[in-house]
Amino acid sequence: MNNLSIRVPYVTRVEGHGTIAVDLKEGKLIKSVLEIVEPPRYFEAMMKGYLYTDAAVISSRICGICSVGHQITSVKTTEKALGFDISDQTVTLRKLLVYGATMQSHILHIFFLAAPDLFNAPSVIPLAKTHPDTVKMALRMKRLSNDICDIIGGRTIHPNRLVPGGFTKLPTEEQLLWIKDKLENQMVPDAKTSFELLKSLADKFPAFIRETEYIGLKTDSEYAFYDGDISSTDTGLTPEKDYMSITNEFIVSHSTAKHAKHRRSSYAVGALARLNNNYGKLNPLAGEVADALGMKPIVANPFLNTVAQLIETIHVTEESIKILDALLTTGIKAERPFVPAKLHEGTGVGCTEVPRGILFHEYTYDNKGRIVKANCVIPTNQNAQNIDDDMKELVPWMIANNFDKDKMTLTLEMLVRAYDPCISCSVHFLDVKYVE
Amino acid sequence: MSKPKVAFFDFTSCEGCQLSKLNLENDLLDILELVDIVNFREAISDHGEDYEIAFIEGSISTPHCVERIHKIRRQAKIVIALGSCAHIGGINAIRNNMDQDEVRETVYGNDKYLFPSIKAQAVSDVVKVDYVIPGCPMDNQEFKRVLSALLTGKIPEIPEYSVCVECKAKENECLYDYGIVCMGPITRAGCRAACPTNGHYCYGCRGLVPDLNKNAAKDVMEKYKLSIDQIKKRFYMFNTNYVNMEEKSYE
Repeated sequence: MNNLSIRVPYVTRVEGHGTIAVDLKEGKLIKSVLEIVEPPRYFEAMMKGYLYTDAAVISSRICGICSVGHQITSVKTTEKALGFDISDQTVTLRKLLVYGATMQSHILHIFFLAAPDLFNAPSVIPLAKTHPDTVKMALRMKRLSNDICDIIGGRTIHPNRLVPGGFTKLPTEEQLLWIKDKLENQMVPDAKTSFELLKSLADKFPAFIRETEYIGLKTDSEYAFYDGDISSTDTGLTPEKDYMSITNEFIVSHSTAKHAKHRRSSYAVGALARLNNNYGKLNPLAGEVADALGMKPIVANPFLNTVAQLIETIHVTEESIKILDALLTTGIKAERPFVPAKLHEGTGVGCTEVPRGILFHEYTYDNKGRIVKANCVIPTNQNAQNIDDDMKELVPWMIANNFDKDKMTLTLEMLVRAYDPCISCSVHFLDVKYVE
Repeated sequence: MSKPKVAFFDFTSCEGCQLSKLNLENDLLDILELVDIVNFREAISDHGEDYEIAFIEGSISTPHCVERIHKIRRQAKIVIALGSCAHIGGINAIRNNMDQDEVRETVYGNDKYLFPSIKAQAVSDVVKVDYVIPGCPMDNQEFKRVLSALLTGKIPEIPEYSVCVECKAKENECLYDYGIVCMGPITRAGCRAACPTNGHYCYGCRGLVPDLNKNAAKDVMEKYKLSIDQIKKRFYMFNTNYVNMEEKSYE
């Protein structure tokens, strides 16, 4: 194959608008990129002048799908900037919320966005006819994760109980007990069935390998989601406040979303990157499943991000049961969000592992608690260059393996989907200058 | 009877309303029995162009958006604006108050004309909209109500009173008693006072209540010794496109 041109306008089953563009001329690959064509959003500019109580409400709207992640990161950032004290109970409940949101997002991606490719279907809708039990199970798993987010956060999309300083309303012990029971008796068995299913489909994932730098949060105590230091498989630990030395965002002309790089020409974040950094901290069942699926670091096949998501779904289920046990032993104490006696100027950085990778927010406040400057660095932006770099190697690999054009197109789409990109987030847009 | 063909289109938005529909897990399969979804980019790969009902999410914020929405309007018998961004411009409209050229220049520098953008507008600012489902995110129950009305040939109706009515019916404590500025008194109901019920101020995502009782809203502000400035910034959050009109009426 010497000449080839592939265009997939508005890739489907991803969040937001992106176009795959590949051009091969006389055997030479002259273009292989994911063009991001989503309209820009200008969020950091829009947040200026708003009060600290409003930062999470606005930044949540960067993305409905990632709204839990944005709100958690936003309130943590504000608390760091303004020096708020928060209770252990608040931290525990936020972790539960992060785990619920992770389950929800991973299940949506595994079954609704990625699985149709494994079953050769255009969407989940025909699968409801051909594989009704699987679709019903997926819906049940997704419903439960949404119920967790509803119970802790008030609602799943744009939660309405999270404020800097704590929660405006708390779940009851009865509700927490219900979650624990459902996780133990419904989610765990469903997750095991999902594992068997994914195992049986393992040969449907292209056997493409390209190692890159994997970056994820890391802590001593647990598989890091809620907080931690920034960990790289190339360079080790960096404190969160120095995130800019990791992300080094830059602009490319084919994308309204910025790209990022660290030591290599690109790096990856997300489930696979977390697993490559946190494998040793997996809970027992998740660890067993990881080993049975051959997911031992360093896993360098980007298509297996979907498999890493299932392992994480099992891990956070086990982790949630663990912390619910502890929370129910001490009981929920009634408390209202922390209110500062006096506001002062301040800058803070917050980061969280959201489903698609590390999310950073940084705010600077004036002495009246108004935002002077805001910056958000999004997982999909951090993955954007890595996707382009994957495509650069994937195209020759597919040619060497005699893929026809249709199979190449589908495989390229599968690659983009594997990253579970969130394009709305990626074009939230920043106060930046275009650099040539 | 053949199933009506329905399409969902997303413009400038967070796609939360699309996800909201996927969160109707318990009803999703039933809905698929009643309608034929021909276009829903976030969830399916098929593209059908023979739809009769078009749900629009997101605001109109680029010349390309304008082109697309006109094309959709020409095809669809019924156009429904879904969620704050489509209904009132929503949070995207905050930037409408800024100097547009400066906004573009801040983002794109010398290449500011590379990705043209216009003010973030409601869908109804550009084409005729038949019905709206307000909210950020849209309310799933309301979506189901509107859809069933359409399928049974009824006119979908949404409440024309303020969030306070629903909030009082739930016997919530008033957030103004805690010194919190809440948009409940002037915001259209239908969300079952979702945010105040969870202890969070209402941010007006469902747009203004029709026939707004401005004097009553002013009384509330006076009673709690709050200035119009305090409520104005919150007002801008989702209702920037309607602020100028309101400023005049307050004076």
